[in-house]
Amino acid sequence: MVEYAVGLVIIALSAALINNFVLIYFVGICPFLGVSRRVDMAFGMGMAVTFVMSVACLLSWVFTYYILQPGAPLAQAVYQRLGGSAETQVDLSVMSYIMYIFVIASSVQFVEMYVRKFFPALYKSFGVFLPLITTNCAILFACLMIMSKVVGQGAKAWDLGQAMTLAVFAGLGFTIAIVIMAGLREELDLCDVPKPLRGAGVTLIIAGILAMAFMGFGGVEKGLKKALLPAEKTPEPATQPDYRPPRPQADPAAPAASAAATIPVSAS
Amino acid sequence: MAENTNTPESDTQAAAPQTHVAPGPHLSDRKLSTRRMMVDVIIGLLPVTVAAVIMFRRYALLQLAVAIGGCLAAEALFACMRKRRPTLGDCSAIVTGMILALSLPWNTPVYVGLIAAFIAIGIGKMVFGGVGYNLFNPAMVGRAFVMLAFAGAVGAPAYVEAGDVGELRDKMPWLESLGAMPAQYAEAPDGGADTVSAATPMTAKKMKDAGEEGGFLTKFKNLAVGNTIGSLGEVSAIACLLGGLYLCLRRTASWEIPAGAIGAVVILGGIGNLMDPSSGWTVLDDLAGGALLFGAFFIVTDPVTSPLTPKGKLIFGVLFGALVMLLRGYSNYPEGVMFAVLMVNAIAPLLNRWTVPKPLGGPAPIPVK
Repeated sequence: MVEYAVGLVIIALSAALINNFVLIYFVGICPFLGVSRRVDMAFGMGMAVTFVMSVACLLSWVFTYYILQPGAPLAQAVYQRLGGSAETQVDLSVMSYIMYIFVIASSVQFVEMYVRKFFPALYKSFGVFLPLITTNCAILFACLMIMSKVVGQGAKAWDLGQAMTLAVFAGLGFTIAIVIMAGLREELDLCDVPKPLRGAGVTLIIAGILAMAFMGFGGVEKGLKKALLPAEKTPEPATQPDYRPPRPQADPAAPAASAAATIPVSAS
Repeated sequence: MAENTNTPESDTQAAAPQTHVAPGPHLSDRKLSTRRMMVDVIIGLLPVTVAAVIMFRRYALLQLAVAIGGCLAAEALFACMRKRRPTLGDCSAIVTGMILALSLPWNTPVYVGLIAAFIAIGIGKMVFGGVGYNLFNPAMVGRAFVMLAFAGAVGAPAYVEAGDVGELRDKMPWLESLGAMPAQYAEAPDGGADTVSAATPMTAKKMKDAGEEGGFLTKFKNLAVGNTIGSLGEVSAIACLLGGLYLCLRRTASWEIPAGAIGAVVILGGIGNLMDPSSGWTVLDDLAGGALLFGAFFIVTDPVTSPLTPKGKLIFGVLFGALVMLLRGYSNYPEGVMFAVLMVNAIAPLLNRWTVPKPLGGPAPIPVK
C-alpha cells in the first residue's frame, strides 16, 4: 500500500517536473511556441491540454487494457464467442495508434465545443491552436507511454490510478512549462533581440536554456524512491557495481565521452 | 538606474516661468551607474578570488584569465557583429567572467573555459540584447552548457577521476601544508586515510550516502576556511560571507535573496538533521559546503534576473534554497546551485507579476493583464 502511494507520488513528480514532457522529451512544442505569448492564454492552453490528456489517457488505458493488449479479456471473450479456440491469443495492438488518435480527436472536439460556448474570448485567442491539440504530440506521447506500461508488463502493468496520475501531472507539467515560457516571453517584449532571432528563434533558445535547467532534476525520482521506501523493498539492491569506468590510460581525449555516462553518482 | 529626472537644465532660461512636472523619483543618485554596481561586485568577489588563488595558485589564475579574457573577447565580437559599440567599459563582462571562472574546477581544460565564456556572453546575454536584458544569469548558462556537454571535464568525475590523490599531490604540492589534501579534511573515513578518494566535499558526501567506496564527510572547519578541493569559488565559506556582506551593505545585492536562501537551507537542513542526527552532517555543513553561499550572495542576487519587489525577492531566495537542497539530496548531481539558479531565474518574471506591492492605504492593485 505504502509502496503504491510512493509510486504514485513518484509518477506524479516525474511527469510534472523531472521528466517534463516539453522540456525533457521535447514533445508538444507546437503550442509551447504558438500560445506562449501571454501568461493568461498560456494558462488556458495548459488547462485545455491537461483536460484533453486526462480524458484521452483514461479512455486509452481502458481500451489498451481490455481490448488492445495481447490476450486482453474483452477481445479474447469476443473471439471465443465467435468460435475461436481458447489457445489462440488475440493481439489487437496494431490498432492502438488508430484508437488513440480517435480518442484524442473526439475529446478535443468536446473541449472545443465547451470553450466556444463558455469562454468565447479564450476561444478567439486560441485560434487554430485549439483544434491543433488533436495533433499535439504530448497527448499521443502520454497515451503511448501508458501503452508501454500496460502491454507485456504482466503483473507489473499499470492500473487506472497510475495511468491517470501520469496524465494529470503530465498536463500540469505542460502547464508549468508553458506558463514559465509565457512569463519569460512577456519580459522578452522589452528586450533588444537581434532581428534574425526575433520570434521563434529566441523562444527556442530560451526553451533550450530551460531544458538545461530542468536537466538538473535528473535522478531525483530514484533518489526519492530510495529515501521514501525502506531499503529492503527497493527493487535494486543497495550494492551496486562500481559505476566508474576504468581510467583511460592512453587516450586523453576519451574521458569527456566515456565519463558522460557516469555523472550520476547514485545511478544504478 | 541612472538619471531619472528628465528636466533639462537649459529649459530654465525660457522667458515665461514654467513648471516642470516629471514622474518621480525626482532625486536620483547620479553616481549610481551600471559600472559602479559591477565594480562593487568585483570588490565583493575579491575575498573569494584571493582564497581561490591561495588554494589553487597558478591553476586559479589560469582559469580567471581564460574566462575573463574569453568573456571580454566574446562581448567585443558579438557587439561588433550587431554593429553596436562594445560595452566593455561597464565591467559587466568582467563580472560574468569572474563568476564563471570561480564556478569551474581547477583542472578545467582551457578550451572548455573558453567555450563556456563564449556561450555565457553569446547565448546568455547578447542574444537578448546585451547587459540589462538577459533573462538568465549569463555565467550560469555558460557553466550549465559545459557541465552537460563536457561532463567528464567539469562535472563530478572531473574531481573523482582526474584528481586522484597522487595526482593532486604531484600537481599541487602546496596542498599538504594548507591541510587541504582529501585525507586531511576527511572526517574518520571508513577504511582509514588510504581509501579516501580525491572527491570534493559534496561529491564525497554523495558517495558516502550511496554507500560507495571512497565517500567521506568533511570537517566543518575545512568547509568554513576553505582548505578543501572543489570549484574555485565555492571552497571558502568565510570569504563568500565577507564579500556577500559587503554587497548587501552597499545595497548592490538585495539582502532578501540570500536571507531567504539561507533560511530555507537552515529549515530544510534542520529537518534532515533532526530526522537523522547520527549522520554527522549538520545544518552548518549544509550551509558551508558546496557553492550555496557563493550562489546565494553573488549569483542569484544579479539585479537583472531577480524579481523587483521585496516580497518577490524573498520568495525567490527561499525557492532557490529549497531547490538547492532538493537537488543536493536526491538528484544525480552532488551540487545543485547552477541548476537552481537557472530555474529560479526562469520564474522571476512570474514572481514579479504575482507580488505587485499594495500601496499603503490604497486599493488593491489591478493585476497585470
